[in-house]
Amino acid sequence: MYRYDQYDQAMVEARVEEFRDQARRRLEGKLSEDQFKPLRLMNGLYLQLHAYMLRVAIPYGTLNSRQMEALAMIAEKYDRGYGHFTTRQNIQYNWIRLEDAADALADLASVEMHAIQTSGNCIRNISSDHFAGAAADEVIDPRPYAELLRQWSSFHPEFTYLPRKFKIAVIASEKDRAAMRLHDIGIRIVRNDAGEVGAQFYAGGGMGRTPMIAPLIRDFVPIDQMITYAEAALRVYNRYGRRDNKYKARIKILVHELGAEEYIRQVEEEFAHLLSVGVEPPREELARIAAHFTDPPFADGPKTIDRSDPDFALWVDRNTHRHKHDAYVSAVISLKPVGGIPGDATADQMRIVARLAKLYSFDELRVMHTQNLLLPHVAIKDLKAVWTALDAAGLGAPNMDTIEDIIACPGLDYCSLANARSIPLAQRISERFAETGRTDVVGELKLKISGCINACGHHHAGHIGILGVDKKGVENYQLSLGGSEAEDVSLAKITGPGFDEDGVIAAVEKVTDVYLAARADGERFLDTYRRIGMEPFKEALYG
Amino acid sequence: MRILTGNDLRSGAVVWWNGSGWSLFVDDAVDVGDDAEEILAREEAARRVNVPYAIEASIDEAGHVRPAHIKDRVRALGPTVRRDLAVPTADKTGWDWVI
Repeated sequence: MYRYDQYDQAMVEARVEEFRDQARRRLEGKLSEDQFKPLRLMNGLYLQLHAYMLRVAIPYGTLNSRQMEALAMIAEKYDRGYGHFTTRQNIQYNWIRLEDAADALADLASVEMHAIQTSGNCIRNISSDHFAGAAADEVIDPRPYAELLRQWSSFHPEFTYLPRKFKIAVIASEKDRAAMRLHDIGIRIVRNDAGEVGAQFYAGGGMGRTPMIAPLIRDFVPIDQMITYAEAALRVYNRYGRRDNKYKARIKILVHELGAEEYIRQVEEEFAHLLSVGVEPPREELARIAAHFTDPPFADGPKTIDRSDPDFALWVDRNTHRHKHDAYVSAVISLKPVGGIPGDATADQMRIVARLAKLYSFDELRVMHTQNLLLPHVAIKDLKAVWTALDAAGLGAPNMDTIEDIIACPGLDYCSLANARSIPLAQRISERFAETGRTDVVGELKLKISGCINACGHHHAGHIGILGVDKKGVENYQLSLGGSEAEDVSLAKITGPGFDEDGVIAAVEKVTDVYLAARADGERFLDTYRRIGMEPFKEALYG
Repeated sequence: MRILTGNDLRSGAVVWWNGSGWSLFVDDAVDVGDDAEEILAREEAARRVNVPYAIEASIDEAGHVRPAHIKDRVRALGPTVRRDLAVPTADKTGWDWVI
């Protein structure tokens, strides 16, 4: 994985000291909150319902055991012993004190981490496929390209004050495991017929109050022009994005209002101009970065798994993913125990995960956008030992991509923007399906819950989506069906009038009843919904 | 009644105006009547509290202060899903009225 060079380290350390001085002036009363707010946000420090919240960037979700141990230490030293992994592959701490924030950032810097650009109208953390570098189906490891984009976008003077926040995802396989087309810019690394590596660009996707799927804007950009093309796409947005209305300021609105064709024309014009100027980093820089992402020394070993323990066999079936080396798998560490808080991990759990990464996964870990963790390279011979340790730590739930693997934003329990709670719904739904044994019967079903229209819980992309709203001071939940953030991307449609908390849980059961009664062989919930349409579900819910 | 709330500058903790300062406990909140704007301006200018604001509330039969809006009721006690991290309260029925 990428390691900081002297310039990276110096920049991050300088930023910590700058923030230390800003926080000191705020605490001494020399800065007002209006003056201080943009400064703290540039360093990932929010003010939420109960306390300050620190959002730490985990570039494309990749980290090592030393970094995970540092995250555990920060949870204990500065917070309340836990952290929350997010849908953008970051971690958030919910109880940071302002007077401790600079020290926490300094501890992060000591392990090559920071919270820069995790807030504000800038280019945020670059996200990627959590199986990058391990998946059998990828064209190439996308992380060197994600890292190049990270370096280009960090402190980019032209893109520090964009009309609105800007999120980029990079993948390199046909399978989309990063919600790529629901980002401001989505990039798929591809090979053309000549075998050359290039970047396929999508622009104008997003969730939030106006969900949109990003259209393709360029089928193939030669890889040594990728940054130039990204700069052109951003420059057109920065020039014409709506700054008069924050609800219309995302690039998706610009692409929609201009029309994809006109946006593409302007980007191509800018691209041609930038090519003549020469903004692309030298190829040697990409080569330098790529050298950090060479394969670890995989060794041949057993390729079959002893399935005599049924609990282990179930976990293997649900939580492991095919690896490009046939003596290895990628192992998903579920942060979704039945009745638990999606994405939360205690400091002790983080340390256990770090130890397992060091022992069994070439010191590598990933944060998944589904709010789980991943050991990307586990030898099949070690898999039982890994599962045994995870299970003992409450991290062995066998539920990847099932209805228990719920994405849920922090909601009204933590977030100052939320209108309704998300977490209790996730807890009750996972309990209900686990108790009744229906999780296994239902199979793959991606349920996603957001506590407000900002859609941090990705409800638009859920096979079943739930949106919490405020109905005259009372929590109310809208149900939607048919969304997907994968390669078969689609936006969920609202079923009809909303429900109270008990009602929406019953409604989820009803729609799964409809699915089970109607499904054909091998159909997922989403497949059945697409085949039979909304009406049978509405009939069951409201008929 | 109208009460004032905000977040403590140093810790970010939720605080309530008790008539002479800021308390961690919602039950300490006092009715500020028509003085809200004056107190808010004074306290924020003195950098004693972060983004304070006035809200509607009521007092129940047992004398406990109940913010009117669900968001402020959640703020008063802490995350409903982590009651082990809640603000200590003598109000044994506290969680019954949050939601």
